[in-house]
Amino acid sequence: MILVYLIIILMFGGLLTWIVGKRNPLACRWISLLAVLTDLVIIVAYWISIYDKVEITSKQSWLVDIQTQWIPQFGVTFHFAMDGLSLLMTVLTLFLGALAVIVSWKEINERVGFFHFNMLWLLAGILGVFLSVDMLLFYFFWEVMLVPMYFILAIWGHENRKYAGMKFFLFTQLSGLLMLIAIIGLYFIHGNNTGQYTFDYFALIGTSFSGTTGFWLMCGFLIAFLVKLPALPFHSWLPDAYTQSPTGGSVILAGLMSKTAAYGILRFVLPFFPDASQVIAPVIIIIGIAGILYGAKLAYAQTDLKRMIAFSSLSHMGFILVGIFSFQALAYQGTVIEMIAHGISISALFIVAGAINARTGSRDMNQMGRFWEQIPKMGGITLIFVLATLGLPGLGNFIAEFLILAGAFQTNMVLAIIATLGLVASMIYALVILQKIFQGERKKEWTLSDFSARELTVMGSLIIAIVWLGIYPQPVIKTVQPVINNMKMQDDAFYYENRYQPENYNSSEVISQSGIDEYASGGNIIFNQSSALPVKEIYTEPSAATKRGAILFHSTETPYPVTVGSDGGLIEMHPTNMFNYQLVYHSSSSKKGGVK
Amino acid sequence: MDSFHFLWLVPSLPLFSFLFLALFGSKISKRAVGMVATASVGISCLLTLWIGITFLTSPPTGHFFQQSLWTWFDVGGFNPSIAFYLDPLSLVFIFVVTFVGFLIHWYSMEFMETEEGHVRFFAYMNLFIFSILVLVLADNLLLLYLGWEGVGLCSFLLIGFWYKDNVNCYAARKAFIVTRIGDTAMLLGLFLLVKDFHTLDIAAIMTTAPGTWTPRANQAFWVTILLLGGAVGKSAQLPLQTWLPDAMAGPTPVSALIHAATMVTAGVYLIARTHVLYDLAPVVQTIVAIVGAATLLIAGFSALVQNDIKRVLAYSTISQIGYMFLALGVGAWSAAVFHFMIHAFFKSLLFLSAGAVILAMDHEHDMFKMGGLRKKMPVVFWTFLFGAGALAAIPLITAGFYSKDEILFYAMASTKGSVWLWLAGFVGAFLTALYTFRMVFITFFGVQKKEITYMPGNRIKIPLIVLGILSLIAGFIELPHSFGHFVPFSDFVNTIFPKVQLAGGMENMEWTLQIITAIIALLGVYVAWQFYIKKPQLLYHFKSTGAGKSLYNFLFKGWQFDLLYDTLFVKPVVWLSKIDKRDFVDRIYEGIAGFNLFLNKSLSKTQNGNIRTYVFGVVLGAVVVLTIILFL
Repeated sequence: MILVYLIIILMFGGLLTWIVGKRNPLACRWISLLAVLTDLVIIVAYWISIYDKVEITSKQSWLVDIQTQWIPQFGVTFHFAMDGLSLLMTVLTLFLGALAVIVSWKEINERVGFFHFNMLWLLAGILGVFLSVDMLLFYFFWEVMLVPMYFILAIWGHENRKYAGMKFFLFTQLSGLLMLIAIIGLYFIHGNNTGQYTFDYFALIGTSFSGTTGFWLMCGFLIAFLVKLPALPFHSWLPDAYTQSPTGGSVILAGLMSKTAAYGILRFVLPFFPDASQVIAPVIIIIGIAGILYGAKLAYAQTDLKRMIAFSSLSHMGFILVGIFSFQALAYQGTVIEMIAHGISISALFIVAGAINARTGSRDMNQMGRFWEQIPKMGGITLIFVLATLGLPGLGNFIAEFLILAGAFQTNMVLAIIATLGLVASMIYALVILQKIFQGERKKEWTLSDFSARELTVMGSLIIAIVWLGIYPQPVIKTVQPVINNMKMQDDAFYYENRYQPENYNSSEVISQSGIDEYASGGNIIFNQSSALPVKEIYTEPSAATKRGAILFHSTETPYPVTVGSDGGLIEMHPTNMFNYQLVYHSSSSKKGGVK
Repeated sequence: MDSFHFLWLVPSLPLFSFLFLALFGSKISKRAVGMVATASVGISCLLTLWIGITFLTSPPTGHFFQQSLWTWFDVGGFNPSIAFYLDPLSLVFIFVVTFVGFLIHWYSMEFMETEEGHVRFFAYMNLFIFSILVLVLADNLLLLYLGWEGVGLCSFLLIGFWYKDNVNCYAARKAFIVTRIGDTAMLLGLFLLVKDFHTLDIAAIMTTAPGTWTPRANQAFWVTILLLGGAVGKSAQLPLQTWLPDAMAGPTPVSALIHAATMVTAGVYLIARTHVLYDLAPVVQTIVAIVGAATLLIAGFSALVQNDIKRVLAYSTISQIGYMFLALGVGAWSAAVFHFMIHAFFKSLLFLSAGAVILAMDHEHDMFKMGGLRKKMPVVFWTFLFGAGALAAIPLITAGFYSKDEILFYAMASTKGSVWLWLAGFVGAFLTALYTFRMVFITFFGVQKKEITYMPGNRIKIPLIVLGILSLIAGFIELPHSFGHFVPFSDFVNTIFPKVQLAGGMENMEWTLQIITAIIALLGVYVAWQFYIKKPQLLYHFKSTGAGKSLYNFLFKGWQFDLLYDTLFVKPVVWLSKIDKRDFVDRIYEGIAGFNLFLNKSLSKTQNGNIRTYVFGVVLGAVVVLTIILFL
């Protein structure tokens, strides 16, 4: 029931703040903070309690699963579940949520109660998105998330808030409708196939599609997520919404909402449509890379601080796309860390921008300069997050980007090299933030006050988080590893199906190498280099452990073509991707050729 | 207790000091700030000495010691650690870093006394020492990369230390971005290594690479050339050398520590550390030698015409690192490391004495406005002279002679060497002596043109004297074969490096080569004396001719590399960012929105409440429909 409590506490707290807000704004702020912190404590306590039980090699990824009936006629249920990925996202949501409440403490002075109501319902919506495993319930929360965000943006935003709010609403609403259509399509196809009409996530996995249906349904999901992320060319709402939003709203938008999209791709697009995802992967990777470079280019050109940070986010979201669609264990881990690290670093930058805006009433960097002289603490803290943005080792974003690129490099070297250029580009724009605002010549006389104790608490906790991710990210990696093992197994199954078709061989067996004893993550077998061919152990039957009889293993060698087996047959190594090979044994009778 | 187990403290002490200063630095006195920073590096240095002595007297098994702190992360068996690896190579580096670093910190206490941002300065310096120690002690390439980027960061922060001036900010940014280009190449090299070995552990890669890659394998070529990309960025070699002269915008102790003695030699360290891979890629190793040879000449020529004393030293640093690359390229690994050490002593000395001069001249950098300081500042003069002698490789009595002579000999005698590489080094030796003594003569001889406003105190003088002595005597631990073959240094580091393969019949050449090298260095000094003391009018005439002027300008601007890169890269990027500032994708969506608004406007005009218009509309519609029905 823990998952339901998390959401209910927020929703209830939201109602309470609305009631209290008119009479006592301060009490309402405290209620809001308390609600989020309560949730945060609950989930962190839960994380600590299960942490030791997480097996890094396991594929049993689900930790909590609760289900009750809702609309049985249509196969709709209240179904929440949590695995390592959603656990981490929940922690991130509540952590950044708490900070968003704190940074709104002084900034929001009008309709305080309604603001906090929106804030808490927004967080509840985000939690719902991360935790629901019934598609209709998921869609419900996806929309719950949208409306409060629109209000926050359009009521408490900056000078151009109406325009930004409308743009945000149109983009996300329209793309959301596409997803609804896709969900319903999926529902009916699954129902037709099996006779069981259900919106349940676990039931819908493995739905088979005829022709290109799967591809189009995937596009419905994918476009909704690409808009929300946002990715090129759906990013048009981003600079306006991120810039016009109040600080707390920017934190949620950039830090959390973009992560719901990344989460959606990992959770729904890949498992529902494994084949179609593989087909579209090159396109998405190119979109990602274009976003990395184009976002950096646009960021460099901006003079509005918040706009610049917004475009930097576009650039980093490109890394997430590259990470997901590389289908590599390293890259998946990198993606998850990027989701967290980017959430932290972008929030920090928006909080700094908000703090500067509160002190100067301006976001125009051309009017700033030499702030370090007056507000060195803010300067030093900004420096840390500028460095995080440009991927300095020792901070979380580096680990993320390193793993993503190292993983992508295994699948597609050329694209990975282009993506790596993003690291140079990010440095070029990130340094502008620091140098234009805090260094150089003074353009205008400002009287500035340095960070207050409240702000220092916020920034301090963000610094601890980003450094922790940079020097010891293992707790995150370990928590999410079973989820990735699961996904990796699906990818490997895909490779297997496409590369190796047993019916094309007279007498073929997929075999493994003697001396392979280490069963590593991701369903791969570590290839023990010291042991030599020929092969001792042959799996003639599909085994559960290896899934359909295929054995994939890491190899550092490339003895790719053939080796003669003991009975004169052929042992062939097929590369399944850059890291993995599978051994296929053909008995001495001829080979018809079945490797695509 | 075994001294090796304190290894982790060597980098950690400066880190702790950095954290302390960052958090509480503003609350303690200026004097205390300098003391804390200096003491932390000093204790690190003492620890290093203790560890070093233990290493020399009772070396650990296999000549290395490994200390693992924790596993950084573990993704599917790819598990880099936070772990340190001590072997003769890293020992030499940590010794030089902590020892020279300590002296420079000490010197800075006086040098930076009157500056604001005292805390910031010492905090960054400590962070730098930590980063470079991590770089050289890292047991895997990912941790090395952490140190690698860390030193780049500190370099950026310290070049831009006087942040109120846009010029300094620009120089800082330039250094960071140009080196980042190299770093990105290096990162790609790491990705390739991950792909082939599924690990970044240096020892593991070095042992498995020869068995995994066939000689002259493609992977070996790509990995080494990409790592070389990182090395030329950090070590300011061709084609990424342009940032170093501008980096002189930082305070002089920074130039001494980061941009002369330690950080810029990180590239040398990287190549020496991965020498096994370079052995597998002979083509790239030749490229290393050629890069070194070309850089040392180009930078040597540019050093000849600079007026700013720090820029002379900067170009000289680029040139001297060129020598180290030359040595690496011909497989003379220990000679490169030896020259690194000697260079660290004399070049930091030169920078520090130059700093003392600059301080005395009220922050004047132009040598031609100084002059005649020999009598007034004897300690600075003599120590500068020792450093200059070592840089110019004055035979027998200076350390620079022994280290450079070794490189020149191997450039010719190694199987990988050639007469061309030697010739480049030989011409470079002449240039070095020439520009070095030009600097000495202009600054310390002749007429004094400016009043001295500040006389250096003991905290400046003592480091100068210590380094001055080392610049003279440190060479005696590596005497050439012809001098009785007393070579404890290379005996020590050659436990990890292969010996240089000499081409046949070269041993006998050594005497001849030594004598002409010695002569050329002295000749350089003599020419400098002629041109700058005896007959300065000669040069003046040359400079006033058209060709002379443009040649002078070309060299002065560092062979116009900045202009080239500006035109090729910087301007297009800036132009690109200007033309599409408002994002054309957004214009498309705005176009759609605008079109809808236009439709809305035009259609709402039809709804004007005027009966005649409505009737007209109905009739028109009827006519159109009827026409269609009748004629189709």
